[in-house]
Amino acid sequence: MGKFLLVTIQVDLYDRLALNLESDLVQMVSKTGARGVLIDISALSIVDSFMGRIIGNIGNMSKIMDAETVVVGMQPAVAITLVELGLELKGVSTALNVVKGMELLHKKIGSLEDTTEEEEHDDHSAE
Amino acid sequence: MIIVLNKDSMLIQKEQDVVPFRNRVKEYAVKIGMSLVNQTKLITAASELVRNMLKYGNGGNTVIEVVSKGRENGIRLSFIDKGPGIKDVELAMKDGYSTGRSLGLGLPGAKRLVSEFDIKSAVGKGTTVTIIKWKNG
Repeated sequence: MGKFLLVTIQVDLYDRLALNLESDLVQMVSKTGARGVLIDISALSIVDSFMGRIIGNIGNMSKIMDAETVVVGMQPAVAITLVELGLELKGVSTALNVVKGMELLHKKIGSLEDTTEEEEHDDHSAE
Repeated sequence: MIIVLNKDSMLIQKEQDVVPFRNRVKEYAVKIGMSLVNQTKLITAASELVRNMLKYGNGGNTVIEVVSKGRENGIRLSFIDKGPGIKDVELAMKDGYSTGRSLGLGLPGAKRLVSEFDIKSAVGKGTTVTIIKWKNG
């Protein structure tokens, strides 16, 4: 089972910090070979269009780097606001909390690993 | 008629000013007993508008007011910049329209999140956006 990156955003970020997070995270995915990224945004009191775009970017970039992203812990008021704002967070999987997020990541990567293992790895014991 | 109960202002000149500004708005919203959902909507709208002001107007001044109309209290925010102004305000209010590289949700999204929204812009002079979020609105 692949490694996961766990990111907890603990303060409201201004734009530059959010951009740094985006590039740091993608670099970490490459460096560690993580197969999953879990972002906990439970401490964020708001997600505006910029932060929403960053979250979407992280999801898309990680996907290209062969990692799945799950966003967890969104506050109900934030979800209500996001929808009214018109942001759909396309391409980003979400889960209610960290535990459920981890389950979702395992499920996503588990099913991927089953197929890739059969395709890519030589099975020496069968030879 | 709208009565101003309290007035505060804050200069926004750099990105780092945005979070303290959002916190100041939140303080006032909490003070008048605004619900968490309305607070979140107001602060999100404020965040969009303050970013616009920084990005297109090179920063500016914000005014935070506690206002009252009849029995209803609310927060009024003004975002005043002396930037290049907006040529076509109607177009700028359209979903998905952006002259920058953003999603184009800022202005129309902010409008959807608040009770009252007003924008005045003159090319070469600047832009003023005023929003009101009523406590229960």
